[in-house]
Amino acid sequence: MDLLARFARGDDDAFESLFRRFQEPVYGWIVRIVRDRAAAEDLTVETFWRIHQARARFDPARGFEGWARRIATNLALSHLRSLRPLVPLEENDPPAGDSRDPAVDQETREQLRRAFARLSPKLRVTATLALIEETPYREIADALGVSENAVKLRVFRAVRELRKSLQRMGVER
Amino acid sequence: MNIADDDRLGAQLRRAVPPVPDHDATLGRDLWPEMRRRLAQPEARRRGLWLDWTLAAAAMIAFILTPEVIPALLYLL
Repeated sequence: MDLLARFARGDDDAFESLFRRFQEPVYGWIVRIVRDRAAAEDLTVETFWRIHQARARFDPARGFEGWARRIATNLALSHLRSLRPLVPLEENDPPAGDSRDPAVDQETREQLRRAFARLSPKLRVTATLALIEETPYREIADALGVSENAVKLRVFRAVRELRKSLQRMGVER
Repeated sequence: MNIADDDRLGAQLRRAVPPVPDHDATLGRDLWPEMRRRLAQPEARRRGLWLDWTLAAAAMIAFILTPEVIPALLYLL
């Protein structure tokens, strides 16, 4: 019997094998959403705990990683809903080698950061994955359990709200 | 607004809130010991589940009593 089938039947060794194999990608996915390493570790454990509790409902034919990612995304979203405002991943300096647009000064970046933190968690998660992490829409849709069109709509709404916030701050016309 | 404007905003956003670097997206330790501890606490979690269900029931009752807030909540969530 393969690993996924054994896990679905309640085999704890199979669960441990899946945990060891997928803890890294699940953590990597969560930390990109919540942008907080300690919270991402806690949420990774919570994700696998829920997976363990729900193992009887797991369908081995549908694959493990997508299922785990969907549970992880829901938990990350709940975590963000419990937070106000956005917790940054330490001080987020631009990556080395980044060619800065001189028109986008420190003040503009700060305003944009604030506007982004004010997005609703649902829009912020979608915008984080789509606009910042540049994750394909198909993957985002699978993780959120919505259609690709719903993801596009959320990105559109996030961009519109960012623009409105920037206009109110006098950054954009 | 057009696609070029959106691309520009996306680029500005990535400068303001940069992508998580690969080294931060890598788990620095094995979480299995914590997972085992967590699996050893089923009773506490069951109590937590009761709380979850109680809150869900309270929310359902609130929605039945005040259905007009549902569209506003769906938009905000």
